[in-house]
Amino acid sequence: MTANSELTGLTLAQARDALAKGDTTSVELTGAYIDAIATARSLNAFVTETPEKAMEMAKASDARRASGTVGAMEGLPLGIKDLFCTKDVLSTASSHILDGFQPPYESTVTQNLWNAGAVMLGKLNMDEFAMGSSNETSYYGPVANPWRPEGDNRTFVPGGSSGGSASSVAAEIVVAATGTDTGGSIRQPASFTGIVGAKPTYGRCSRFGVVAFASSLDQAGPMTRTVQDAAIMMGSMVGFDPMDSTSVDMPVPDFESALTGDIRGLKIGIPAEYRIDGMPAEIEKLWQQGEAWLRDAGAEIVPISLPHTKYALPAYYIVAPAEASSNLARYDGMRFGLRVDGQDLTETYEKTRAEGFGAEVQRRIMIGTYVLSAGYYDAYYLKAQKVRTLIGQDFEQAFGQVDAILTPTAPSAAFAAGEKSGDPIAMYLNDVFTVPASMAGLPGMSVPAGLSDSGMPLGLQVLAPAFDEMTMFRVGGVLESAAAFSARPNKWWLA
Amino acid sequence: MSLDKDTVRRVARLARIEVAEDRLEVLGQELNQIIGFVEQLDEVDTSSVAPMTSVERQKLRWRADEVTSGGQADKVTANAPSSDMNFFVVPKVVE
Repeated sequence: MTANSELTGLTLAQARDALAKGDTTSVELTGAYIDAIATARSLNAFVTETPEKAMEMAKASDARRASGTVGAMEGLPLGIKDLFCTKDVLSTASSHILDGFQPPYESTVTQNLWNAGAVMLGKLNMDEFAMGSSNETSYYGPVANPWRPEGDNRTFVPGGSSGGSASSVAAEIVVAATGTDTGGSIRQPASFTGIVGAKPTYGRCSRFGVVAFASSLDQAGPMTRTVQDAAIMMGSMVGFDPMDSTSVDMPVPDFESALTGDIRGLKIGIPAEYRIDGMPAEIEKLWQQGEAWLRDAGAEIVPISLPHTKYALPAYYIVAPAEASSNLARYDGMRFGLRVDGQDLTETYEKTRAEGFGAEVQRRIMIGTYVLSAGYYDAYYLKAQKVRTLIGQDFEQAFGQVDAILTPTAPSAAFAAGEKSGDPIAMYLNDVFTVPASMAGLPGMSVPAGLSDSGMPLGLQVLAPAFDEMTMFRVGGVLESAAAFSARPNKWWLA
Repeated sequence: MSLDKDTVRRVARLARIEVAEDRLEVLGQELNQIIGFVEQLDEVDTSSVAPMTSVERQKLRWRADEVTSGGQADKVTANAPSSDMNFFVVPKVVE
């Protein structure tokens, strides 16, 4: 027997190798995580824990291994963001309106992970329908960041929308987690919690069975402790799926083999427009440090311009709510989830949706409805789609000159709970550095790179051309080695 | 452009979300703040730009028009708030 904390202290790659050597079993590893989850309930990272299912899957994994069948994620216990439909297991998108919903099918991404041998520990809390940047909009309550500044007893947000995923990975109560990213929902929480979060190119991960927010932007990806872990896990999430019309039928490279540690001769772009007004000095400093690390590793640093950066966020807040208002029309109280009865059909719809959706989701549905309504469509929606074209062209031109782009992941470290929840625009600005790549469908990852003055984690973002995740991982790996980020949150939740 | 009370009421109706009369004004202010923010886009000249509907260059795939699954009415209705004999039960629609 190995001590529990020793087991949960292993990265995904280390746990994989320990399992392969026979130093531990999936049952032992899964048991250690189930115990760890029970000690960390004050983080509120889980909506649903599935310990029995986890043990069953772990036993089956050990049996497969004994018979010589070993998948790429064999025996590794994961947390799953509650946006993924999991067969016969409550799937809520952290919304009241999906009360009691047990999908009769499995999302393709989670099925791919189970096919690779992974084990499910449970479903992770998130912002309602993935709409938020602090995990404060969940019907199941806010998620706490495992990190707090020294001597500060306030709760800090883990970022969002994949806040439960970020928090559980940082707290080491899952070996890794799935996230989804529409405008930064993997990368921003990864930065806030000192972990790695990677979003592949749009089309790599099937959207089948992932509760839809904004279909032209939604992409799943891994949230892990290391870049290597992210490369391994992403390899088991992606792949062509005929069930998703935007799934791409392209060969999947061995992402892990991208981690050569060698970036000599690569050209790294530094976009001038990401140096925004009011950016804290510590973010600017970290960004320059990142530039120096990559230069020291032999890369060539190239100043670039992405002129429409400033317009990505306002364009996003037209496109995403417009798609959301359409996608969320399906919640009518008739076929699944909550129903609140009214005098007639229309009143039943209206009461169900008023009670079932939280304030932020209602705001976005109404913005989306407004910008798509007769007389406003051209002025708002069509305009935003045209600006989106310009944002895509900016990146295309930049990637004519450089191999990857380095930026900060977020304009600040994690903030205290409640600090920004009253001001939608201040909250939206969290995603100012992540949204442009989402609008262009590009792969991006956040790598933990340092601590803020108050001792909170900060990430740097690596962006790469479409379908060139290999370069993203290659640069991310070098950044990770140079930063040698080894700080961990002190486990206050154990007290 | 700004949303007055009547517009908020109309949008709420279109979105099928019940909003109490005394909430219309506050909600309108919140929505106006967001609309004000997105109107920055007016600064951008898009007169000769085509709209992007998808980041993907690929065309939608063709597939054979054939039944791939079905006959699962029990599963389809299993999550309904109200169902009977594999049918959804809904409020009366036709008078």
